[in-house]
Amino acid sequence: MTDVGHDRPGPVAGRGGVKEAAAAITVEDLRVELRRTGHDIVADIGFRIGPGEVLGLVGESGSGKTTAGLALLGHTRRGVRIASGSVRIGDTDVLRLPPAALRRLRGGLISYVPQDPSASLNPAVRIGTQLLETLEAHGFGSGSDERRARVTELMAEVALPTEARYLRRYPHELSGGQQQRVGLAMAFANRPRLIVLDEPTTGLDVSTQAHVLTTVRDLAATHGTAALYVTHDLAVVAAIADRLAVMYAGRIVEEGGTTAIFDQPAHPYTRRLIAAIPHLGGRRELQGIPGRAPSPGSRPPGCFFAPRCSMHVPACDDGQPALREVVPDRRARCIRAEEVLTLPPPTAGRSTTADEPSTADAVLRLRSVCCAYGPVQVLHDIDLDLAPGECLALVGESGSGKTTLARSIAGLHKDRTGEILFDGHPLEGPARARAQDDRRRVQYIFQSPYSSLNPRRTVGQAVSRPLEIFGTARGREAEQKATAMLDLVSLGKNYLDRYPDELSGGERQRVAIARALVCEPAVLICDEVTSALDVSVQAAIVDLLARLQRDLGLSMLFVTHNLPLVRSIAGRVAVMSLGRIVELGTVDRVLRDPRDAYTQRLLADTPSLETASA
Amino acid sequence: MSADVIDVVAVAPDTPLEARRPLAGQVRGALRLWRTRIGLALVTMLVLVALFGSVVAPHSPTAFVGAPNVAPSATARLGTDALGQDVLSRFLHGGTRILGLGVASTALGLVLGVAVGLIAAYSRNFLDDVLMRVMDVILAFPQIMLALVAIATVGPTAWVVILAVGLTTMPRVARVMRGAAQPIVERDFVAASEALGESRFRIVFAEILPNVTSPLTVEASLRLTYSIALIASLAFLGFTTSANAPDWGLMIQENRIALTVQPWGVVVPAAAIALLTVGTGLIGDGFARAAAGIDRPRGEG
Amino acid sequence: MIAAEVPTARRRRSFVTRGVGGFIVRRLLLGLLTLFLVSLVVFAATQALPGDPARAILGRGATPESLTALREQLNLNRSIPYQYTDWLGGLLVGDAGTSLAATRPVTELLGDRLLNSAFLVLCAALVSIPISIAIGAYAALRRDGAFDVSSSLITLVLAALPEFVVGVALIVLLATTVSNLLPAVSSIPPGTAPWADLEGLVLPTLTLVLAVTPYVVRIMRASMIEVLESEYVEMARLKGLPERRVIWRHALPNALGPTFQVIALNLAYLAGGVIIVEFVFNFPGIGGALRDAVSTRDLPVVQAIAMVIAAVYVLTNLAADIATILVTPRLRTRLR
Repeated sequence: MTDVGHDRPGPVAGRGGVKEAAAAITVEDLRVELRRTGHDIVADIGFRIGPGEVLGLVGESGSGKTTAGLALLGHTRRGVRIASGSVRIGDTDVLRLPPAALRRLRGGLISYVPQDPSASLNPAVRIGTQLLETLEAHGFGSGSDERRARVTELMAEVALPTEARYLRRYPHELSGGQQQRVGLAMAFANRPRLIVLDEPTTGLDVSTQAHVLTTVRDLAATHGTAALYVTHDLAVVAAIADRLAVMYAGRIVEEGGTTAIFDQPAHPYTRRLIAAIPHLGGRRELQGIPGRAPSPGSRPPGCFFAPRCSMHVPACDDGQPALREVVPDRRARCIRAEEVLTLPPPTAGRSTTADEPSTADAVLRLRSVCCAYGPVQVLHDIDLDLAPGECLALVGESGSGKTTLARSIAGLHKDRTGEILFDGHPLEGPARARAQDDRRRVQYIFQSPYSSLNPRRTVGQAVSRPLEIFGTARGREAEQKATAMLDLVSLGKNYLDRYPDELSGGERQRVAIARALVCEPAVLICDEVTSALDVSVQAAIVDLLARLQRDLGLSMLFVTHNLPLVRSIAGRVAVMSLGRIVELGTVDRVLRDPRDAYTQRLLADTPSLETASA
Repeated sequence: MSADVIDVVAVAPDTPLEARRPLAGQVRGALRLWRTRIGLALVTMLVLVALFGSVVAPHSPTAFVGAPNVAPSATARLGTDALGQDVLSRFLHGGTRILGLGVASTALGLVLGVAVGLIAAYSRNFLDDVLMRVMDVILAFPQIMLALVAIATVGPTAWVVILAVGLTTMPRVARVMRGAAQPIVERDFVAASEALGESRFRIVFAEILPNVTSPLTVEASLRLTYSIALIASLAFLGFTTSANAPDWGLMIQENRIALTVQPWGVVVPAAAIALLTVGTGLIGDGFARAAAGIDRPRGEG
Repeated sequence: MIAAEVPTARRRRSFVTRGVGGFIVRRLLLGLLTLFLVSLVVFAATQALPGDPARAILGRGATPESLTALREQLNLNRSIPYQYTDWLGGLLVGDAGTSLAATRPVTELLGDRLLNSAFLVLCAALVSIPISIAIGAYAALRRDGAFDVSSSLITLVLAALPEFVVGVALIVLLATTVSNLLPAVSSIPPGTAPWADLEGLVLPTLTLVLAVTPYVVRIMRASMIEVLESEYVEMARLKGLPERRVIWRHALPNALGPTFQVIALNLAYLAGGVIIVEFVFNFPGIGGALRDAVSTRDLPVVQAIAMVIAAVYVLTNLAADIATILVTPRLRTRLR
């Protein structure tokens, strides 16, 4: 399906577990803890990576994956220290090196590719200089001519222009994808034995991501470099990693070959995680994982996953299970791993149904809508109908104009021409100019629940405030309505007096949903509402939204960049590119048989689990 | 500590007080620091002197109790000043004006500055430009300069000093408040309130203002420090309400000629002013440190 | 596909001019606008006199003849716009009117004093800026160490003290009671260059340095800490650069940008500080002149000095903007 998954050059060490002698790097018993309290962030971390092999280190937020990745370079963030363990490359134990030797090792034998290239390239230093200094610091070559030649070679390897003028650019003069390629070039500069990549494609568009992934895999294979690919994205890992280590609450809970794990996970957490991922291929309902991962210092005495595990038995609480070999080349940290292995594949979820809606009596009609930011026009002649009770997905990459479109419907973007008809009458540009009832009946949920809730307002205040504004209810009555609404989004009455800071991301997004629904809207606009959340939480939120949309008969516009996610919620999908709708149709049809060239490319570049199993 | 060193999104359920009531949390956090306590002790001591000093003073501040510039004796425990008045009595009377004018002008500057800064940050259009340009014009004068121009024309009356110091404090507060509010204005909860049709006034003062209280308390104590220093400086330059009024700043000016003969007339009021401003400065620093502990980014990946 | 990626910068274009030169021209125009508004404020201040300005200046005992003469001299019998344009026009050609107290042209009165003050401020700036940048940067590098803790406490106390208290304390410590190392007053006879008596300059300069240094130290420390915790400094370390290069090439240049702005603000503040300091040390500069002019209500002198100090503020801010642009490539690009 995608060019990412095919023709993977086999690693030197092959698909099986890596023998110690052959390993490029061997990590044993690594423990990193908080300086102040001594609580571990990660512990009991051990794995090997062979030359040319890519190990995917997968985990959700707070799993400690970044901490573990940085520890391989002997580095920790402020307030954290490496307490014990060893990281061996050949005969060298990274964690026993004196500072000067460690400095020589970093960027030499082991290099690092950070998450956000725009923040990790120095804004005041030209990219050519930043590449050159990496070579100079490690005494690469015999002179500056040789180093300059190496810079040119590196730029070519990562498919960037090699001319001197380009090298004289500053980081901000490059796009995000180009910046990340500079980061890759820097990492490969001194021909390292190991390269640690920390979510290097987060924030990049799928097409750019596909290119970065291909570059990483090719470079690792060509130069025999071992790679640790740290990510939260199972679909990405499926596309790039030979082997997988899944982390939960600071521990590796499962390790093995990528395909094998996706086909048949041995740990209940891995199983649930895979079930939470939307698929491009088959329509199905997503299943979230209830609860939240325990943070350092508040972890249970037994198995850390036990409180959230559907296969929990009393024995699970008797101390922490060891990471043990369940079948050859598969280790799992679960006392019931053998049973988990025999369960039917996790991909078989309940399937959802959707009919082709009739747009004859559309609740929302967009006619020739154009939007601009200052002199730049970002939306061109958008025509779109939203049928009553349907969920229409609006899909596009960043810069496609999908969020601008959603915001202009909600009255949050003023610079708009064309008509937006709601229930047959036109809506004014800014929300303030609209009739109160129109404001109430078109509700908008924002991308980030960390930003959309006022940290100084309790959940109760946030949810009941719309009732006061619209004069629906006040005082006790408003509180009762708010409580009822919180129940509806699976948050109880005891959330009323809590502040957003006390809630997890998923809980916050539920509050934001409750705040929108308490207005009893006819149209609900969801703008990337899950993109700030972990996959297990995303699944739960999408599940909730799908249920509410059905039960309350809402018309929903679901804006997302995540193509597979569309399957799990929407009936129709509109694909946007460069401010225009390039394709519109039922989800089944568009995903199976894309007609527009852009949609075809988008589908091809989207990594998904199917690529791993293919 | 833990939130910014590991990649957690979920915050531990046992959230500290700071997250629930930021202002109370900040005050409590500040009071745990010894610098805040020392600052508070100094300020309390000098406020007591300023408020009740006149009650316990042995003499009238303008009574002549002996020859000029006499060393400490039983009648004048800190000696006499250049006119033969009792230094101790003048010291005990001399803090009221500084403190009163300092607090009043700071309050004026804060109220105006907060309003201007928040409205500018929220408006994000020509109003922002106009307001900040006006603030820049006022900023083009050193505070003391504008106070002196006002005094030159109207005279050193109390309300001129309050207005001059308050109005020149305003743009400084406005800048800080605008800077603090700008990232808040960009957050989606402001847009969410707009989409609901919340009034602009309510958005500025009920949604945004509660999110900038910690920089505000820091700025308030900082501005109080500078206002007191400025008003004392004006008095030192000789601009007090009446020529022979007891005033710490004026005392230093009057008695510095005789510094070598009778140092108490200079040293005591100078120390009082120094301890007062250092005290408010320490409190401000305590607030700032407590705020740094609260306002660290939480759980935003 | 690579070609499709558009660089994030260079979106907006100014319609006036482009490039660093255009930027400077724009800032200069903005500065002139500020000065114009300042002149309105300064002029309005003289109009704020309640009742008859001439009587307010001369007091109750003034004779009708002297009142008429003063009104004539201040153009008080002309319209307000005429008075303003006359005054501003005079300023533009270097005529600031006649001092009421000294009955001499203001420019003649202030000429030498302006030079003296400028030299004093220059000395203070040259001493304090490098010292405070060094202290701030070092404190940030040794964060929470003994040097950092003690320097932050000292700057905190110094920042809170009024200049005159510092000045008087220095006189007590160094020029009178405790020791007698330096002169307590610095008198520069008229016609003498300010650098003729360097010993007399030490205490005024030191007072100004102590008044300004804390602010620059604190902003430098804060901005250096922010930079040291940035991802690009972490990355520079993770690619194995020597610590020296991390600090000098990667950290310091990025930390200086915000510091320049504060330095500019403080230079303008120095201009205000000289009023106090010159009075404390009887230094013959414009600050002392201003204090005297205020007490004798010599309005032409007050106006002239206010305009000079405002001009200093505008110029230093302009210089800081240019300096910031020069150390921040991102801003340079935005100007294209």
